[in-house]
Amino acid sequence: MASLIELSEVKKTYHMGDVDVHALRGVDLTIDAGEFIAVMGSSGSGKSTLMNIVGCLDRPTSGHYLLDGKEVSRMSRDQLADIRNRTLGFVFQSFNLLTRTSAVENVELPLLYQGVHTKERVQRSKEALERVGLGKRMDHHPSQLSGGQQQRVAIARAIVGRPKVILADEPTGNLDSRTSVEVMALFQALGRDGITVVLVTHEPDIAEYAARVVVMRDGHVMSDTRQKPKDAAAAVAELPPEEAA
Amino acid sequence: MSILHTLRVALRALMRNKMRSFLTTLGMIIGVCAVIFSVAVGEGAKAKVEEAFAAMGSNLLILMPGSSTSGGARGGSGSQPTLTWDDMRAIQNEISTVKYVAPVLRSQSQVMSEDQNWSTSVQGTSPEYFAIRTWPVSSGSPLTQSDVESGAKVCVLGQTVVDKLFGTSSDPVGQMVRIKNIPFQVVGVLAKKGQSAMGQDYDDAVLVPYTTFGAKIQGGLKNYINGAVMIGAASPADTSRAETQITNLLRDRHHIGGTDDDFFIRNLTELANSQQEGTKTMTTLLNAIAAISLVVGGIGIMNIMLVSVTERTREIGLRMAVGAKPKNILMQFLVEAMTLSTMGGLIGLSLGVLGAKVIAQSFGWNTLVRPDVVVAAIAFSGLVGIGFGLYPAYKASRLDPIDALRYE
Repeated sequence: MASLIELSEVKKTYHMGDVDVHALRGVDLTIDAGEFIAVMGSSGSGKSTLMNIVGCLDRPTSGHYLLDGKEVSRMSRDQLADIRNRTLGFVFQSFNLLTRTSAVENVELPLLYQGVHTKERVQRSKEALERVGLGKRMDHHPSQLSGGQQQRVAIARAIVGRPKVILADEPTGNLDSRTSVEVMALFQALGRDGITVVLVTHEPDIAEYAARVVVMRDGHVMSDTRQKPKDAAAAVAELPPEEAA
Repeated sequence: MSILHTLRVALRALMRNKMRSFLTTLGMIIGVCAVIFSVAVGEGAKAKVEEAFAAMGSNLLILMPGSSTSGGARGGSGSQPTLTWDDMRAIQNEISTVKYVAPVLRSQSQVMSEDQNWSTSVQGTSPEYFAIRTWPVSSGSPLTQSDVESGAKVCVLGQTVVDKLFGTSSDPVGQMVRIKNIPFQVVGVLAKKGQSAMGQDYDDAVLVPYTTFGAKIQGGLKNYINGAVMIGAASPADTSRAETQITNLLRDRHHIGGTDDDFFIRNLTELANSQQEGTKTMTTLLNAIAAISLVVGGIGIMNIMLVSVTERTREIGLRMAVGAKPKNILMQFLVEAMTLSTMGGLIGLSLGVLGAKVIAQSFGWNTLVRPDVVVAAIAFSGLVGIGFGLYPAYKASRLDPIDALRYE
């Protein structure tokens, strides 16, 4: 079976005035469908640049990037928008939900740009919210939700378009440890459904939940190890019960 | 993403900052309101002037005997009868742009019925007069050619004269009146025409055949016309041409080499036009103010849209990340700008129409709101939205999703 994500000799150079910044100096990385992979590295290691390229938000200066068998490194802005819309789902550290807009309306956003008609759009958005355990808060606005709930709305938004890959950029960065583990349990469950999850984090205890850890340094892949992931669902069960707030 | 949904998103974004949206549209509101209002007032005034001149007669030229110089002293217009009946006939027969010609000889005379009397303007004229002035009779019949030829002692009364001599609700056709003690039979009553633009009462007049007038009321020179000649051109466009042709014809007939004419022509169509020039200047001025206001309003919209794009940079980044194409973002902001400007246009339109109504009622001005102006105002306000919204929308669509997502 062909790999879902295949990066070969990917380089990215930024021109900052007279100085060239080599963010990626030749990255080879292959990710198979259904993998749960964590990308680690200090700031400046190139992990954000890598995520942007994998997420089709940016194009490599040189090298090749095959996503689901398609060469995307030379695609136009419109084509990349289509790829992001149908093949990828994003989860951000700061959630990036639209304020004063209900959970359902936040989740349906990718479907709007797909041109899915209203009935199916609402139906699928509700299903996605139920999938992340927010079936009862569909009409809540972000300001009425806790951080963990907001991130789950964002995850629902990421999966509603039935993507092959979910890219999560420090998804637990703004969450307390308990909700962090809950979110990781959700990602693991998505992985079991066959969705590939690429997670960027600098927290080693979060990376423990991934089956594979890639460490970046100075624009190179420094290490690429496979591990037995920690079970997040079990970890949640072990935590002391949440105090009633 | 459908237009309808884009519109909904735009409306919601605008509702989020109600005060700001309202202030932004204020420029458009004032601009469109001023356009609608000024055009309504201008058109109303124009209609009133047109009405006033139509009452005088259609395509009317008035030919008057001019000054004559005797012993170095130049007499004013009409100081000497210089026009002959032959001149009149020549105009009638030789100039193709002239349709009707009628002499008008005037005399202020006392007119008497059985028990009343009234001083009015007695005018000797021909049947063509009724056609030139588009003035029908409301009862009886107008003067006829045979009345003129036989010098019949018949007359047609204006409504005011009827009111004074016979009372308001009587029909005097067939009765006798005395003009300068000579009995005349009333054959017709003129339809009510009202006042001229200068406040002169058109209906205060008595018409008699010009032959009878010359023989019985105001004796005078046999060959000369002791009054004016009314000339009806074939069409409004012909009035200027007819004026030139008559001038040339009369100079030729009177052997006038230069421009010291012994006659004078008033072109009422031109007079009407020049009257309207004044209104036009006013309307142009108001429209200029409106145009400036619309441009300022447009700049206000552009300004606020730029602020909005900056404020919502992260939203734009997110929309792009989940699959919005640049053209989707462009449309979103363009529709938002258009919604702003069109809303302003609609509010301005309502206020303008309302203002025109209020003015019409409280000052008695004529106002006229033309539907094409309404459509144009709305279309133009939409265009302002597109014109001034394009740059901010383009700017939004060109944002880099990575930078946009990171924007604080």
